[in-house]
Amino acid sequence: MLIYLPIAEVSVNAFLLLGLGGAVGVLSGMFGVGGGFLITPLLFFIGIPPAVAVATSTNQIVASSISGVLAHFKRKTVDLPMGMVLLVGGLIGSAIGIVIFNYLRALGQVDLLVQLCYVVFLGAIGMLMFVESLRAIRRARKPGALPQRRKHNWVHNLPFKMKFRVSGLYISVIPPILVGMLVGILAAIMGVGGGFIMVPAMIYLLGMPTKVVIGTSLLQIIFVAAFTTMLHATTNQTVDVLLALLLLIGGVIGAQIGTRIGVRMKAEQLRILLAIMVLVVCGKLAFDLLVMPSELYSLGPEGRS
Amino acid sequence: MIRLLALFMLLALPAKAEEIVLGLSRDEVAITVTFQGSEIVVFGAVNRTAPPPQDSNLGVVVTIAGPREPVTVRRKARRMGIWVNTDAVFVNSAPSFYAVATSAPIAEILREIEDLRYRITIPRAIRSAGAVVEDSVAFTEALIRIKTDQDLYQMLEGAVTLDQDTLFRSAISMPANLIEGNYDVRIYLTRNGAVIDDYTTTIPVNKVGLERWLYNLAHEQAFIYGLLSLAIAVGAGWLASAVFSLLRR
Repeated sequence: MLIYLPIAEVSVNAFLLLGLGGAVGVLSGMFGVGGGFLITPLLFFIGIPPAVAVATSTNQIVASSISGVLAHFKRKTVDLPMGMVLLVGGLIGSAIGIVIFNYLRALGQVDLLVQLCYVVFLGAIGMLMFVESLRAIRRARKPGALPQRRKHNWVHNLPFKMKFRVSGLYISVIPPILVGMLVGILAAIMGVGGGFIMVPAMIYLLGMPTKVVIGTSLLQIIFVAAFTTMLHATTNQTVDVLLALLLLIGGVIGAQIGTRIGVRMKAEQLRILLAIMVLVVCGKLAFDLLVMPSELYSLGPEGRS
Repeated sequence: MIRLLALFMLLALPAKAEEIVLGLSRDEVAITVTFQGSEIVVFGAVNRTAPPPQDSNLGVVVTIAGPREPVTVRRKARRMGIWVNTDAVFVNSAPSFYAVATSAPIAEILREIEDLRYRITIPRAIRSAGAVVEDSVAFTEALIRIKTDQDLYQMLEGAVTLDQDTLFRSAISMPANLIEGNYDVRIYLTRNGAVIDDYTTTIPVNKVGLERWLYNLAHEQAFIYGLLSLAIAVGAGWLASAVFSLLRR
């Protein structure tokens, strides 16, 4: 069934969008990622104009994250204070990100920046997580081996310390705020909630337990994505509500299923799966940048030459 | 007296030997939620005041042009191992949709000079100002190629059927990815490659119903539209969670 999207001004298959939303929703609930880093390139691929794809996927992320976080709240795997601290950084970051995005859009280099961001971040994070999870799995297999003690590093020597009970942490608020800001900037530029950066940062930089990370990451993604949606809607008018609706119907259902799958899995398994997924997406994008494209030319609206 | 005056006026007009009388299968295109493109049938007749000349051939060219818009064409090149946008050509005005249908191969029924004057063929319909890049022709060609792939530019030679040099008919299909605006339908009548009459009319293409409402809301009440989008997202997320927890019981 073809549906004409009022803002994107193209006509697309409704079932394709439902399926797309659903698949990404499952991943969202499982890993605590918004799924934007998958859905935005997929939307480009089916012919949605990039600006609309970026803005609309943030709206879809709001829906699937809410669906996922509610399931996590029931399991008490959300660290509310930590979420709020990350959020403060996130909101500052997404305001900065929107400014950068609009500036680059005028220059015609958005695609490049977005792709480079993806390749660099996805590649680095994916590799780190992959190696670390492999090591963790190997350790777990050795009988009698004790889990490694968390090391004290510079992160633990900063001022403004706060207690995060659910995560079992007593650390400074500065690292979470910085992590939040970085994620916020990327969220606005790349049309992603930033979960795929947030999740590893929380695990490795802040030392939070994997189970808590997913719910907390989703919680703060909701607000960052909602804020980004509003900014896109008011400054660029590029949020397509009909497109978002089709994506999120699939997304909210998928998120519920994903959460249930995630709970049954071990933390190391979850991390290694997320790492593989991140690496696959990264590989695809890197391939596109390195191999000569079949069409060298592209069309854009107005803008300076 | 009046009748005499009317007759006099009619005679005083510089009457053309051959004129176009036109009909369209529809007078507007409405973009609804389930819009999947539209076919427009352009039909008409050649009205003659004298018998047609026998020593020349008649041609009919039909064009449909969507609203004009500026376009930036960018080209990728390899820089430090990766493919990035480097050069760009700014095209002042290119039709968002453009279809040309002819009754015979275009070279046979339209002279180059007439094409230049009336801007009939696709490359002529695109206007680009002082290009800064050397091979700007390649950019224009790329624009046409990309738009043609999307069915937004169509060159339909021989798609006009001309019956006994009098009746003509052409069906032009417009794809679903149309933008709103007034679409100009032009018909050119040619004799030996020279345009002897042309006729223009417009078909408005408009979003209607839900499409119209959402589009207006997004542009005129952006803040409310943003809130609406968020409300839908929040509602759907909560609903799914509630339904699933009911299912588990």
